[in-house]
Amino acid sequence: MAQDYFPLLVFIVVSIVFAFIAIGLPSILGPRRKNQQKQEPYESGIIPFQDARRRFPIKYYLVAMLFILFDIEVIFLYPWAGALLPLRDGYGIWLALVPMGVFLFILIAGLVYEWSKGALEWE
Amino acid sequence: MVPLTWYLTLAAFMFCSGLYAALGRRNAIAVLMGIELMLNAANINLIAFWRYGVTPVENVDGQVFAIFVIAVAAAEVAVGLALIISVYRNRKTLNLDELDILKG
Amino acid sequence: MPELPIPIPPLPTLHESVFMAIALLTVVGAFLVVAARNLFHNALGLALTFFGVAGVYFVAEAEFVGVAQVLVYVGAISTLITFAIMLTRGMMYGATSPLNRQAGTAAIIAATVFVVMAGLLGSLPWPVAEEPIVDGQIVIANLGVGFVTEFVVAFLLLAVLLLVALAGAIVLAQDRK
Repeated sequence: MAQDYFPLLVFIVVSIVFAFIAIGLPSILGPRRKNQQKQEPYESGIIPFQDARRRFPIKYYLVAMLFILFDIEVIFLYPWAGALLPLRDGYGIWLALVPMGVFLFILIAGLVYEWSKGALEWE
Repeated sequence: MVPLTWYLTLAAFMFCSGLYAALGRRNAIAVLMGIELMLNAANINLIAFWRYGVTPVENVDGQVFAIFVIAVAAAEVAVGLALIISVYRNRKTLNLDELDILKG
Repeated sequence: MPELPIPIPPLPTLHESVFMAIALLTVVGAFLVVAARNLFHNALGLALTFFGVAGVYFVAEAEFVGVAQVLVYVGAISTLITFAIMLTRGMMYGATSPLNRQAGTAAIIAATVFVVMAGLLGSLPWPVAEEPIVDGQIVIANLGVGFVTEFVVAFLLLAVLLLVALAGAIVLAQDRK
């Protein structure tokens, strides 16, 4: 089991070394001529129009809340999907499906509630 | 395999860091981060004892508990941060020393 | 070969070296959470710690919990904490210390707890059964069976908890018109 991850370890080491080379070598070898435009934060070509360190609108927080809800749903769905066949053989198809159905129903009720409160409207 | 005590020592260090952050920091968000550290330390212990217990393949209770802890921690953070944002709106501060209107 | 006065400890295996590297990462992250003065650096250290803990789960062959850790903690909780910092920023900088009055006592308590715990951990004889895990798929399937059979009550209560937490967070955080 653990030795299955050896390629991953090699990959991590190689990527760390590569990152150090790719960032380190130019900073040692490259010339540095600073000017006003080079010092500006990169905004995909758009000229920055205000300070980035300002307060965020609360809308982002509500979207992140929904993300957490469905993140956790996936955590529980995945092993359940892997266990579906043994569950069907051991407990019968209804006992395998009903608890997860109730779980999903409750979580979707949360989505409906957030929707009805208008948290998904972006104005 | 890695000795069990290594896991436990790492978890102990994380727990104590979290304890210090929860007791000694002034900002409410930093206190919440300390609590998260403590929860993670408990989770490391659960996983370590699952791995070093008998029949880890059949008996997955430790992993089940760890996943429940992760899910409950997510709910806790969501509500905790919402409370913090709400307090910040009303009081314009997150300094826990100043949030003492219940003292009377 | 003559007997050495101090036995040389054996070199760490690959497994152990990986654990040490990951543990070091975790400890650095935890230290950043506790010691950095800037709240944003605390959040970055926390994300690093979460990653390190996921690595610890992988070393312990609990791959699914490791993935869950990355998804929920690194992906969602770190983001949420960063959002909360950005939603409330402006008050956190300045001359005031990030520590409160009882920080010194708290440091002593935390250090004492760590020393006592680490000492106990090292001296206790833990009964360990180091059984190999051949197929990790079966572990994940057993998790799924556990959720809907033995732990079904906790599982459904968790759904209710999440629903209530979501509703509560919306009510608390939404803009009042």
